[in-house]
Amino acid sequence: MSLVTATIRRDLLLAARNPGEWLNPLMFFLMVAALFPLAVDPDPTFLSKIAGGVIWVAALLATLLSLDALYKADVDDGSLEQWLASGESLYAMSLGKALVHWCISGLPLTLMAPVLGLMLALPEDAYWALILSLAVGTPVLSLLGAVGAALTAGVRSGGLLLSLLILPLYIPVLIFAASAVYHAGIGMAWNGQIGFLGAMLALALCLTPFASAAALKLNLSR
Amino acid sequence: MTATSGSTIIDLQARKLLCERDDRVLFEQLDVAVGNGDLLQLAGPNGAGKTTLLRLLAGLNRDYEGELLWRGEPLTDDFSAYASQRLYQGHLAAVKKALTPLENLRWLVSSWNVSDDQLWAALDEVELGGYEETACQQLSAGQQRRVALARLCVAPTPLWILDEPFTALDKAGVRWLEGRLQRQVEGGGAVIITSHHALENIASLRQLELGSTRA
Repeated sequence: MSLVTATIRRDLLLAARNPGEWLNPLMFFLMVAALFPLAVDPDPTFLSKIAGGVIWVAALLATLLSLDALYKADVDDGSLEQWLASGESLYAMSLGKALVHWCISGLPLTLMAPVLGLMLALPEDAYWALILSLAVGTPVLSLLGAVGAALTAGVRSGGLLLSLLILPLYIPVLIFAASAVYHAGIGMAWNGQIGFLGAMLALALCLTPFASAAALKLNLSR
Repeated sequence: MTATSGSTIIDLQARKLLCERDDRVLFEQLDVAVGNGDLLQLAGPNGAGKTTLLRLLAGLNRDYEGELLWRGEPLTDDFSAYASQRLYQGHLAAVKKALTPLENLRWLVSSWNVSDDQLWAALDEVELGGYEETACQQLSAGQQRRVALARLCVAPTPLWILDEPFTALDKAGVRWLEGRLQRQVEGGGAVIITSHHALENIASLRQLELGSTRA
Protein backbone atom coordinates (compact mmCIF):
# COMPACT_ATOMS: atom_id res chain seq x y z
CA MET A 1 0.00 0.00 0.00
CA SER A 2 1.42 3.36 -0.94
CA LEU A 3 1.61 6.31 1.41
CA VAL A 4 -1.11 8.15 -0.53
CA THR A 5 -3.74 5.44 -0.12
CA ALA A 6 -2.60 4.88 3.47
CA THR A 7 -3.08 8.59 4.18
CA ILE A 8 -6.56 8.62 2.63
CA ARG A 9 -7.49 5.60 4.76
CA ARG A 10 -6.01 7.15 7.88
CA ASP A 11 -7.78 10.48 7.35
CA LEU A 12 -11.14 8.77 6.85
CA LEU A 13 -10.52 6.73 10.01
CA LEU A 14 -9.65 9.92 11.90
CA ALA A 15 -12.87 11.53 10.65
CA ALA A 16 -14.81 8.52 11.92
CA ARG A 17 -13.12 8.80 15.35
CA ASN A 18 -13.67 12.58 15.64
CA PRO A 19 -17.07 13.17 14.05
CA GLY A 20 -17.38 16.56 15.79
CA GLU A 21 -14.88 18.13 13.44
CA TRP A 22 -16.87 17.56 10.28
CA LEU A 23 -20.37 17.53 11.82
CA ASN A 24 -19.92 21.10 13.09
CA PRO A 25 -19.93 22.73 9.61
CA LEU A 26 -22.91 20.55 8.65
CA MET A 27 -24.84 21.77 11.71
CA PHE A 28 -23.97 25.32 10.70
CA PHE A 29 -25.35 24.63 7.21
CA LEU A 30 -28.58 23.26 8.65
CA MET A 31 -29.00 26.11 11.14
CA VAL A 32 -28.62 28.85 8.54
CA ALA A 33 -31.43 27.32 6.51
CA ALA A 34 -33.57 26.83 9.61
CA LEU A 35 -33.11 30.39 10.89
CA PHE A 36 -33.50 32.21 7.61
CA PRO A 37 -37.31 31.95 7.27
CA LEU A 38 -37.70 32.93 10.93
CA ALA A 39 -35.68 36.09 10.57
CA VAL A 40 -36.73 37.24 7.09
CA ASP A 41 -40.13 36.15 5.86
CA PRO A 42 -41.74 32.70 6.05
CA ASP A 43 -43.88 33.35 2.93
CA PRO A 44 -43.16 30.43 0.51
CA THR A 45 -43.37 32.56 -2.64
CA PHE A 46 -40.66 34.85 -1.27
CA LEU A 47 -38.53 31.98 0.08
CA SER A 48 -38.72 29.99 -3.15
CA LYS A 49 -37.03 32.88 -4.97
CA ILE A 50 -34.02 33.07 -2.65
CA ALA A 51 -33.77 29.40 -1.58
CA GLY A 52 -31.07 28.42 -4.08
CA GLY A 53 -28.90 31.39 -3.21
CA VAL A 54 -29.26 30.92 0.54
CA ILE A 55 -28.40 27.23 0.36
CA TRP A 56 -25.34 27.94 -1.76
CA VAL A 57 -24.07 30.74 0.48
CA ALA A 58 -24.52 28.50 3.52
CA ALA A 59 -22.72 25.61 1.78
CA LEU A 60 -19.83 27.88 0.84
CA LEU A 61 -19.44 29.25 4.37
CA ALA A 62 -19.71 25.75 5.87
CA THR A 63 -16.90 24.60 3.57
CA LEU A 64 -14.78 27.56 4.60
CA LEU A 65 -15.34 26.64 8.27
CA SER A 66 -14.04 23.13 7.75
CA LEU A 67 -10.93 24.08 5.78
CA ASP A 68 -8.82 25.49 8.57
CA ALA A 69 -8.07 22.07 10.04
CA LEU A 70 -7.17 20.40 6.73
CA TYR A 71 -3.37 20.52 7.02
CA LYS A 72 -2.85 22.04 10.44
CA ALA A 73 -2.78 18.79 12.42
CA ASP A 74 -0.44 17.20 9.87
CA VAL A 75 1.99 20.10 10.14
CA ASP A 76 1.87 20.13 13.94
CA ASP A 77 2.40 16.42 14.55
CA GLY A 78 5.05 15.85 11.89
CA SER A 79 2.96 13.84 9.42
CA LEU A 80 3.68 16.38 6.71
CA GLU A 81 7.38 16.05 7.34
CA GLN A 82 7.04 12.31 6.84
CA TRP A 83 5.28 12.83 3.49
CA LEU A 84 8.01 15.12 2.31
CA ALA A 85 10.65 12.70 3.53
CA SER A 86 8.96 9.78 1.77
CA GLY A 87 9.77 11.20 -1.67
CA GLU A 88 6.29 10.31 -2.90
CA SER A 89 4.46 12.66 -5.23
CA LEU A 90 3.11 15.65 -3.36
CA TYR A 91 0.68 16.20 -6.23
CA ALA A 92 -1.05 12.87 -5.52
CA MET A 93 -0.90 13.57 -1.80
CA SER A 94 -2.58 16.99 -2.13
CA LEU A 95 -5.20 15.53 -4.43
CA GLY A 96 -5.87 12.77 -1.89
CA LYS A 97 -6.23 15.28 0.93
CA ALA A 98 -8.72 17.37 -1.09
CA LEU A 99 -10.65 14.22 -1.96
CA VAL A 100 -10.95 13.23 1.70
CA HIS A 101 -12.02 16.77 2.53
CA TRP A 102 -14.76 16.61 -0.09
CA CYS A 103 -15.95 13.23 1.24
CA ILE A 104 -16.49 14.68 4.73
CA SER A 105 -17.73 18.15 3.75
CA GLY A 106 -18.96 18.54 0.15
CA LEU A 107 -20.58 15.14 -0.15
CA PRO A 108 -22.70 15.37 3.04
CA LEU A 109 -23.61 18.97 2.09
CA THR A 110 -24.85 17.72 -1.28
CA LEU A 111 -26.84 14.92 0.33
CA MET A 112 -28.38 17.26 2.92
CA ALA A 113 -29.29 20.01 0.47
CA PRO A 114 -32.69 18.59 -0.66
CA VAL A 115 -33.89 18.67 2.97
CA LEU A 116 -32.90 22.32 3.17
CA GLY A 117 -34.65 22.91 -0.14
CA LEU A 118 -37.81 21.57 1.46
CA MET A 119 -37.41 23.91 4.44
CA LEU A 120 -36.94 26.92 2.15
CA ALA A 121 -39.74 26.02 -0.30
CA LEU A 122 -37.38 25.48 -3.21
CA PRO A 123 -39.37 25.17 -6.49
CA GLU A 124 -39.81 21.53 -7.48
CA ASP A 125 -38.04 21.98 -10.82
CA ALA A 126 -34.90 23.27 -9.11
CA TYR A 127 -34.04 20.18 -7.02
CA TRP A 128 -31.93 18.49 -9.66
CA ALA A 129 -30.15 21.74 -10.44
CA LEU A 130 -29.38 22.19 -6.73
CA ILE A 131 -28.04 18.66 -6.28
CA LEU A 132 -26.03 18.72 -9.51
CA SER A 133 -24.58 22.18 -8.89
CA LEU A 134 -23.49 21.11 -5.40
CA ALA A 135 -22.10 17.78 -6.65
CA VAL A 136 -19.96 19.58 -9.26
CA GLY A 137 -19.34 22.81 -7.33
CA THR A 138 -18.32 21.59 -3.87
CA PRO A 139 -15.29 19.61 -5.15
CA VAL A 140 -14.07 22.89 -6.67
CA LEU A 141 -14.49 24.52 -3.24
CA SER A 142 -12.49 21.70 -1.59
CA LEU A 143 -9.71 21.84 -4.18
CA LEU A 144 -9.33 25.63 -4.10
CA GLY A 145 -9.66 25.68 -0.33
CA ALA A 146 -6.92 23.07 0.03
CA VAL A 147 -4.48 25.50 -1.59
CA GLY A 148 -5.36 28.17 0.98
CA ALA A 149 -5.17 25.64 3.81
CA ALA A 150 -1.73 24.53 2.61
CA LEU A 151 -0.51 28.13 2.45
CA THR A 152 -1.74 29.00 5.94
CA ALA A 153 -1.04 25.69 7.69
CA GLY A 154 2.08 27.01 9.40
CA VAL A 155 0.53 30.33 10.38
CA ARG A 156 -0.84 30.80 13.87
CA SER A 157 -4.56 31.66 13.70
CA GLY A 158 -4.44 31.40 9.93
CA GLY A 159 -8.22 31.00 9.72
CA LEU A 160 -8.87 34.66 8.96
CA LEU A 161 -6.08 34.80 6.41
CA LEU A 162 -7.47 31.65 4.80
CA SER A 163 -10.92 33.22 4.38
CA LEU A 164 -9.44 36.38 2.87
CA LEU A 165 -7.34 34.38 0.43
CA ILE A 166 -9.96 31.91 -0.66
CA LEU A 167 -13.24 33.81 -0.65
CA PRO A 168 -12.52 35.79 -3.85
CA LEU A 169 -11.74 32.52 -5.64
CA TYR A 170 -15.09 31.09 -4.51
CA ILE A 171 -17.14 33.91 -6.04
CA PRO A 172 -17.30 32.53 -9.63
CA VAL A 173 -18.44 29.13 -8.33
CA LEU A 174 -21.13 30.80 -6.23
CA ILE A 175 -22.39 32.95 -9.11
CA PHE A 176 -22.70 30.10 -11.62
CA ALA A 177 -24.14 27.62 -9.12
CA ALA A 178 -26.75 29.95 -7.63
CA SER A 179 -27.72 31.09 -11.11
CA ALA A 180 -28.21 27.46 -12.22
CA VAL A 181 -30.59 26.81 -9.31
CA TYR A 182 -32.47 30.08 -9.86
CA HIS A 183 -32.93 29.53 -13.59
CA ALA A 184 -34.10 25.95 -13.03
CA GLY A 185 -36.66 27.34 -10.56
CA ILE A 186 -38.19 29.71 -13.10
CA GLY A 187 -38.22 27.08 -15.82
CA MET A 188 -35.27 28.25 -17.89
CA ALA A 189 -32.29 26.28 -19.22
CA TRP A 190 -29.54 25.74 -16.64
CA ASN A 191 -27.15 23.35 -18.39
CA GLY A 192 -24.80 26.19 -19.38
CA GLN A 193 -24.04 27.09 -15.78
CA ILE A 194 -23.44 23.46 -14.86
CA GLY A 195 -21.13 23.24 -17.87
CA PHE A 196 -19.12 26.17 -16.55
CA LEU A 197 -18.93 24.56 -13.11
CA GLY A 198 -17.72 21.35 -14.76
CA ALA A 199 -15.01 23.27 -16.60
CA MET A 200 -13.91 24.86 -13.31
CA LEU A 201 -13.79 21.42 -11.70
CA ALA A 202 -11.64 20.03 -14.52
CA LEU A 203 -9.24 22.98 -14.23
CA ALA A 204 -9.12 22.78 -10.44
CA LEU A 205 -8.47 19.02 -10.52
CA CYS A 206 -5.49 19.48 -12.81
CA LEU A 207 -3.95 22.64 -11.42
CA THR A 208 -4.69 23.15 -7.71
CA PRO A 209 -2.69 20.11 -6.49
CA PHE A 210 0.43 21.73 -7.98
CA ALA A 211 -0.24 24.90 -6.00
CA SER A 212 -0.96 22.91 -2.82
CA ALA A 213 2.21 20.89 -3.22
CA ALA A 214 4.32 24.02 -3.69
CA ALA A 215 2.70 25.67 -0.67
CA LEU A 216 3.33 22.62 1.51
CA LYS A 217 7.01 22.59 0.55
CA LEU A 218 7.25 26.25 1.55
CA ASN A 219 5.85 25.41 4.96
CA LEU A 220 8.60 22.94 5.67
CA SER A 221 11.78 24.48 4.31
CA ARG A 222 12.27 26.65 7.32
CA MET B 1 12.68 -9.55 9.94
CA THR B 2 15.73 -7.67 11.07
CA ALA B 3 17.10 -4.54 9.55
CA THR B 4 20.07 -6.09 7.84
CA SER B 5 21.14 -4.41 4.68
CA GLY B 6 24.70 -5.46 3.99
CA SER B 7 24.07 -5.92 0.30
CA THR B 8 23.10 -2.27 -0.24
CA ILE B 9 25.76 0.33 -0.77
CA ILE B 10 25.45 3.34 1.47
CA ASP B 11 27.38 6.31 0.20
CA LEU B 12 26.20 9.69 1.42
CA GLN B 13 28.61 12.56 1.05
CA ALA B 14 28.44 16.23 1.81
CA ARG B 15 31.15 18.46 0.42
CA LYS B 16 31.95 22.02 1.48
CA LEU B 17 28.51 22.43 2.95
CA LEU B 18 27.53 25.94 4.00
CA CYS B 19 24.31 26.86 5.70
CA GLU B 20 23.08 30.21 6.93
CA ARG B 21 20.12 30.99 9.14
CA ASP B 22 19.03 34.59 9.66
CA ASP B 23 22.40 35.93 8.44
CA ARG B 24 24.25 33.68 10.88
CA VAL B 25 26.53 31.02 9.47
CA LEU B 26 25.68 27.72 11.15
CA PHE B 27 28.48 25.79 9.49
CA GLU B 28 30.76 26.21 6.49
CA GLN B 29 33.31 24.08 4.64
CA LEU B 30 31.69 21.07 6.26
CA ASP B 31 32.51 17.64 4.86
CA VAL B 32 30.52 14.60 5.92
CA ALA B 33 30.79 11.06 4.60
CA VAL B 34 28.62 8.17 5.71
CA GLY B 35 29.11 4.62 4.49
CA ASN B 36 28.13 1.08 5.46
CA GLY B 37 28.53 0.34 9.15
CA ASP B 38 28.83 3.98 10.21
CA LEU B 39 27.12 5.57 13.16
CA LEU B 40 27.47 9.31 13.02
CA GLN B 41 26.41 11.37 16.01
CA LEU B 42 25.92 15.09 15.50
CA ALA B 43 26.80 16.83 18.73
CA GLY B 44 26.95 20.42 19.85
CA PRO B 45 25.13 22.97 21.98
CA ASN B 46 21.49 23.97 21.43
CA GLY B 47 21.11 26.08 18.32
CA ALA B 48 24.35 24.84 16.78
CA GLY B 49 22.51 23.55 13.70
CA LYS B 50 22.30 19.81 14.42
CA THR B 51 18.70 19.47 13.27
CA THR B 52 19.37 21.75 10.30
CA LEU B 53 22.26 19.57 9.14
CA LEU B 54 20.17 16.43 9.71
CA ARG B 55 17.36 17.82 7.56
CA LEU B 56 19.86 18.76 4.86
CA LEU B 57 21.25 15.22 4.86
CA ALA B 58 17.72 13.82 4.75
CA GLY B 59 16.98 15.95 1.71
CA LEU B 60 14.16 17.82 3.42
CA ASN B 61 15.80 21.20 3.27
CA ARG B 62 17.30 22.50 0.02
CA ASP B 63 18.55 25.80 1.39
CA TYR B 64 22.32 25.28 1.39
CA GLU B 65 25.48 25.79 -0.59
CA GLY B 66 27.88 23.00 -1.43
CA GLU B 67 27.29 19.46 -2.64
CA LEU B 68 25.19 16.63 -1.29
CA LEU B 69 25.81 13.33 -3.04
CA TRP B 70 24.08 9.95 -2.77
CA ARG B 71 26.11 7.23 -4.51
CA GLY B 72 28.00 9.93 -6.37
CA GLU B 73 24.94 11.70 -7.78
CA PRO B 74 23.40 14.89 -6.42
CA LEU B 75 20.69 14.05 -3.88
CA THR B 76 18.05 16.07 -5.68
CA ASP B 77 18.57 14.29 -9.03
CA ASP B 78 16.63 11.22 -8.00
CA PHE B 79 15.18 12.13 -4.65
CA SER B 80 12.64 9.31 -4.48
CA ALA B 81 15.37 6.72 -5.07
CA TYR B 82 17.29 8.18 -2.14
CA ALA B 83 14.15 8.50 -0.03
CA SER B 84 13.37 4.82 -0.50
CA GLN B 85 16.78 3.92 0.97
CA ARG B 86 16.62 6.03 4.10
CA LEU B 87 14.31 6.44 7.05
CA TYR B 88 13.82 9.87 8.54
CA GLN B 89 12.43 10.41 12.01
CA GLY B 90 12.13 14.04 13.04
CA HIS B 91 11.63 15.22 16.60
CA LEU B 92 7.90 15.17 15.88
CA ALA B 93 6.59 11.63 16.15
CA ALA B 94 3.85 11.85 13.44
CA VAL B 95 1.56 9.88 15.73
CA LYS B 96 -2.18 10.67 15.60
CA LYS B 97 -3.65 10.74 19.09
CA ALA B 98 -7.10 9.49 18.09
CA LEU B 99 -5.70 6.31 16.53
CA THR B 100 -4.32 3.17 18.15
CA PRO B 101 -0.59 2.33 18.06
CA LEU B 102 -1.26 -0.34 15.44
CA GLU B 103 -3.16 2.04 13.16
CA ASN B 104 -0.44 4.66 13.53
CA LEU B 105 2.25 2.14 12.78
CA ARG B 106 0.41 0.91 9.69
CA TRP B 107 0.56 4.44 8.30
CA LEU B 108 4.19 4.99 9.30
CA VAL B 109 5.36 1.87 7.44
CA SER B 110 3.01 2.21 4.46
CA SER B 111 5.86 2.79 2.00
CA TRP B 112 7.28 -0.65 2.81
CA ASN B 113 5.89 -4.11 2.44
CA VAL B 114 5.20 -5.07 6.04
CA SER B 115 2.56 -7.52 7.24
CA ASP B 116 0.36 -6.92 10.26
CA ASP B 117 2.02 -9.84 12.09
CA GLN B 118 5.35 -8.05 11.87
CA LEU B 119 3.75 -4.90 13.25
CA TRP B 120 2.30 -6.82 16.22
CA ALA B 121 5.77 -8.23 16.88
CA ALA B 122 7.30 -4.75 16.59
CA LEU B 123 4.83 -3.33 19.10
CA ASP B 124 5.64 -6.23 21.45
CA GLU B 125 9.31 -5.44 21.12
CA VAL B 126 8.84 -1.80 22.18
CA GLU B 127 6.76 -3.03 25.13
CA LEU B 128 3.46 -1.80 23.76
CA GLY B 129 1.98 -5.31 23.69
CA GLY B 130 -1.49 -5.05 25.21
CA TYR B 131 -1.84 -1.40 24.16
CA GLU B 132 -2.45 -2.19 20.47
CA GLU B 133 -6.12 -1.25 20.70
CA THR B 134 -5.76 1.74 23.04
CA ALA B 135 -6.00 5.22 21.53
CA CYS B 136 -2.63 6.97 21.64
CA GLN B 137 -4.00 9.92 23.60
CA GLN B 138 -4.21 7.60 26.61
CA LEU B 139 -0.54 6.68 26.33
CA SER B 140 2.32 8.56 27.94
CA ALA B 141 4.73 10.74 25.96
CA GLY B 142 7.36 8.01 26.10
CA GLN B 143 4.92 5.38 24.90
CA GLN B 144 3.85 7.59 21.98
CA ARG B 145 7.52 7.96 21.12
CA ARG B 146 7.85 4.17 21.16
CA VAL B 147 5.02 3.88 18.63
CA ALA B 148 7.06 5.94 16.17
CA LEU B 149 10.28 4.07 17.02
CA ALA B 150 8.61 0.68 16.59
CA ARG B 151 9.05 1.03 12.87
CA LEU B 152 12.79 0.70 13.34
CA CYS B 153 12.05 -2.99 13.99
CA VAL B 154 10.64 -3.47 10.50
CA ALA B 155 12.45 -0.81 8.49
CA PRO B 156 14.15 -2.29 5.40
CA THR B 157 16.03 0.96 4.65
CA PRO B 158 19.81 0.79 5.06
CA LEU B 159 20.22 4.41 6.19
CA TRP B 160 18.49 5.80 9.27
CA ILE B 161 18.40 9.51 10.06
CA LEU B 162 17.04 10.13 13.55
CA ASP B 163 16.54 13.43 15.34
CA GLU B 164 16.79 13.12 19.14
CA PRO B 165 15.39 9.57 19.23
CA PHE B 166 16.14 9.15 22.95
CA THR B 167 13.77 11.93 24.02
CA ALA B 168 11.18 10.83 26.59
CA LEU B 169 12.40 7.21 26.67
CA ASP B 170 12.95 5.46 30.01
CA LYS B 171 16.13 3.55 30.86
CA ALA B 172 14.87 0.27 29.38
CA GLY B 173 13.79 2.12 26.25
CA VAL B 174 17.19 3.75 25.89
CA ARG B 175 18.89 0.34 26.22
CA TRP B 176 16.55 -1.12 23.62
CA LEU B 177 17.20 1.72 21.17
CA GLU B 178 20.97 1.47 21.67
CA GLY B 179 20.73 -2.23 20.87
CA ARG B 180 18.68 -1.48 17.77
CA LEU B 181 21.20 1.06 16.51
CA GLN B 182 24.04 -1.34 17.20
CA ARG B 183 22.36 -4.14 15.25
CA GLN B 184 21.69 -1.74 12.37
CA VAL B 185 25.34 -0.73 12.00
CA GLU B 186 26.62 -4.27 12.61
CA GLY B 187 24.32 -5.49 9.87
CA GLY B 188 25.99 -3.14 7.43
CA GLY B 189 23.49 -0.31 7.69
CA ALA B 190 24.24 3.24 8.75
CA VAL B 191 22.74 5.66 11.26
CA ILE B 192 22.98 9.42 11.58
CA ILE B 193 21.54 10.80 14.80
CA THR B 194 21.46 13.96 16.83
CA SER B 195 21.50 13.29 20.53
CA HIS B 196 22.92 14.60 23.76
CA HIS B 197 22.94 11.03 24.98
CA ALA B 198 26.35 9.36 25.28
CA LEU B 199 26.53 6.36 22.97
CA GLU B 200 29.77 4.74 24.17
CA ASN B 201 28.72 1.13 23.64
CA ILE B 202 28.91 1.27 19.89
CA ALA B 203 32.37 0.70 18.44
CA SER B 204 31.95 2.39 15.09
CA LEU B 205 30.65 5.62 16.63
CA ARG B 206 31.92 8.85 15.14
CA GLN B 207 31.06 12.26 16.48
CA LEU B 208 30.73 15.47 14.53
CA GLU B 209 30.96 18.51 16.79
CA LEU B 210 29.01 21.49 15.50
CA GLY B 211 28.96 25.10 16.61
CA SER B 212 32.23 25.02 18.54
CA THR B 213 33.01 28.51 17.22
CA ARG B 214 29.70 30.06 18.15
CA ALA B 215 29.63 33.85 18.38
